Amino acid sequence: MAILEIKNVTKQFGGNLVVDNISIDIKKGEFFTLLGPSGCGKTTLLRMIAGLVSPDSGQILLDGVDITNLPPEKRPLHTIFQSYALFPHMTVADNIAFPLKMAKWDKSRIDAQVNELLEDVQLSQFKDRYPHEISGGQKQRVAIARSLVDRPKLLLLDEPLSALDARLREHMHMELVKLQEETGVTFVYVTHDQHEALALSSRIAVLNHGTIEQLDKPDIIYSKPKTHFVADFLGKCNLLKAEVLATTTDTVTLRVASGIEFSIKDPASSSYQIGQIGWYSLRPEKLKLSAENTFDATNLSVIKSKVNGYYYYGNDTLYELDLGNNTKLQVMAPNHTSDGVKFFVDNSEIYVAFDPEAGNFLDTSSC
Amino acid sequence: MLRLNEKRALSFIPSLYLVCLFLIPTLIMIFIAFREPGDYGGVAPLISHVDNSAQINLTLDSFKFAFTSSFIGQLFLRSMAFSIITTVFCLVLGYPLAMMIAKSGKKYRDILLLMVIIPFWSSFLVRVYAWMIILGPNSGVNYLINKIVGTFGYPSVNLLYSSFAVVICLIYINLPFMILPLYANLQKHDDTLIEASRDLGATRLQSFLKVTLPLSLPGVLAGSALVFIPSIGMFVVPELVGNNCSLMIGNLIKQQFLQNENWPIGSVTSIIMTLVVLGISLIVGIFASRLKGLKYANK
Ligand SMILES: Nc1ncnc2c1ncn2[C@@H]1O[C@H](COP(=O)(O)OP(=O)(O)OP(=O)(O)O)[C@@H](O)[C@H]1O
Ligand SMILES: [Mg+2]
Repeated sequence: MAILEIKNVTKQFGGNLVVDNISIDIKKGEFFTLLGPSGCGKTTLLRMIAGLVSPDSGQILLDGVDITNLPPEKRPLHTIFQSYALFPHMTVADNIAFPLKMAKWDKSRIDAQVNELLEDVQLSQFKDRYPHEISGGQKQRVAIARSLVDRPKLLLLDEPLSALDARLREHMHMELVKLQEETGVTFVYVTHDQHEALALSSRIAVLNHGTIEQLDKPDIIYSKPKTHFVADFLGKCNLLKAEVLATTTDTVTLRVASGIEFSIKDPASSSYQIGQIGWYSLRPEKLKLSAENTFDATNLSVIKSKVNGYYYYGNDTLYELDLGNNTKLQVMAPNHTSDGVKFFVDNSEIYVAFDPEAGNFLDTSSC
Repeated sequence: MLRLNEKRALSFIPSLYLVCLFLIPTLIMIFIAFREPGDYGGVAPLISHVDNSAQINLTLDSFKFAFTSSFIGQLFLRSMAFSIITTVFCLVLGYPLAMMIAKSGKKYRDILLLMVIIPFWSSFLVRVYAWMIILGPNSGVNYLINKIVGTFGYPSVNLLYSSFAVVICLIYINLPFMILPLYANLQKHDDTLIEASRDLGATRLQSFLKVTLPLSLPGVLAGSALVFIPSIGMFVVPELVGNNCSLMIGNLIKQQFLQNENWPIGSVTSIIMTLVVLGISLIVGIFASRLKGLKYANK
């Protein structure tokens, strides 16, 4: 059942369409992520859910109740701001107690609840400190405790980890997922970090220019991107020009990079036109390299190529290959495998192979 | 970077100012408080010769007089009352204005601030004279008030030359000194804190009371000190727009030095006033340092 329904919500700022007719249903207990580049309207959408910005048109329903015109304090949801927005003149405990005081809880109940939350986020010994007396990670946890203390129906998080260093961020990822599972509160999480989105979410909506490019589970978004933008934005991706040579009801035959031809399964193939140009997307880690052509060509496409350059990443190396016709191909090869992959230097001649089914045809005719 | 010696050398000049313009005059004033008044003003000679024996003329009489005079006590109480009323009114009038300026867009903010500062471009005296015209017996304001008072059957009143006129002028003169520090404080507030408090269940009013107001306390204290301290020593305003029943402690001090020519009593009164102001500043300072979380709040 959908706990949050966003229906045809639109917002302009001074003639600039920031959120363009977006509709999303978010399920109860979900960890839902809005992912997109800077300026795509993620924060604006989140602020409309919180009631800090009112939409030009459209409706927002929480648990079936229309909250579009409710002031923020009447909405049973909370926001975690990027800057944490802790009240600097209140102690950690007073910060966490704030929503309960506003809701006029009894003093004894407030104390009990605040202490429980302090324990949940392991900050009991810091309860009497002021925000300027604790670290960034601790402030983060106070903000989370303060937002969960009255068990809201929804928690909105706007890039909550972007101010933390990489190690702490990873630690907080695990904590967030744990807290979300324990409390059962639905999370709507905003980020422009694709790794974060993939690691945390139950579903992701990829936003660009105020519209949803794709909405699906993380593994689908990653392995079956629907648009050029999604393929490019999430991780590294080879995007090769592809021409449709033939179609059947569930396969499409492509000519990729003006030379390589193969057929792949594609449920949407019947909608393609012969001769249509689109993109073939293929993740760099789906390609294999070898100095000799030892690949089994029955299932794999094999190309002879040359190493143009490489980036050494430790556990793997990213090679850039030249396919001719100004077409580059990125290959991510693990550095420690048993199948004899060795390190290739610039200009070495190599064979590269991939299973065509590992990639997707992106239909750009509708764009 | 300056080396330590250079820093010391640089701080020498301001120290010199302080010694010449503050420390030495204060010591002279304290010294005069213990002297005998001169027959024709000023102070009597420190050493007088009576019957071939030298006598040092130092006395506590002026202190005794000041502390037992009900007149001086009354002036002190009145000065305190006027200054407190002035401070409270400046706060109540200045806070919303400072808030409005701080929240308005960059374009209007500068114009509004300019309007607060513009009165400083004309002389203090001119501004008080302007009020003498506004409140004077032939002014529209006075006429209107008397019309209203008359309909209720009361005798007509004179606005000018009254405690009312003194307080009005004190408020008018001091209002910018309340607005500017308040503005400086409010303008630094992070709007996300208000959004967060609304998001966490506070109404507009609760947000103001629980977040904006406590965070603005340093500005409130600074503004109040800047209004209260000059108000309590004011003598020009009561002299121009007040009457005998609205004299303040500053008038007494001025009188003792320039008209009655009793310098020791003038000095004693000045010392008491300085101590009162210092005492109040101390209390405010202690209160301000108690606001623990606030120290870092406005960074
Ligand atoms: N109050 C506002 N007035 C005018 N324009 C605004 C306002 N708020 C946002 N915008 C504009 O709307 C666009 C989207 O802003 P938004 O903050 O939603 O982006 P975002 O996806 O959260 O980006 P980021 O990842 O950088 O936080 C931006 O171009 C921004 O300049
Ligand atoms: Mg944002």
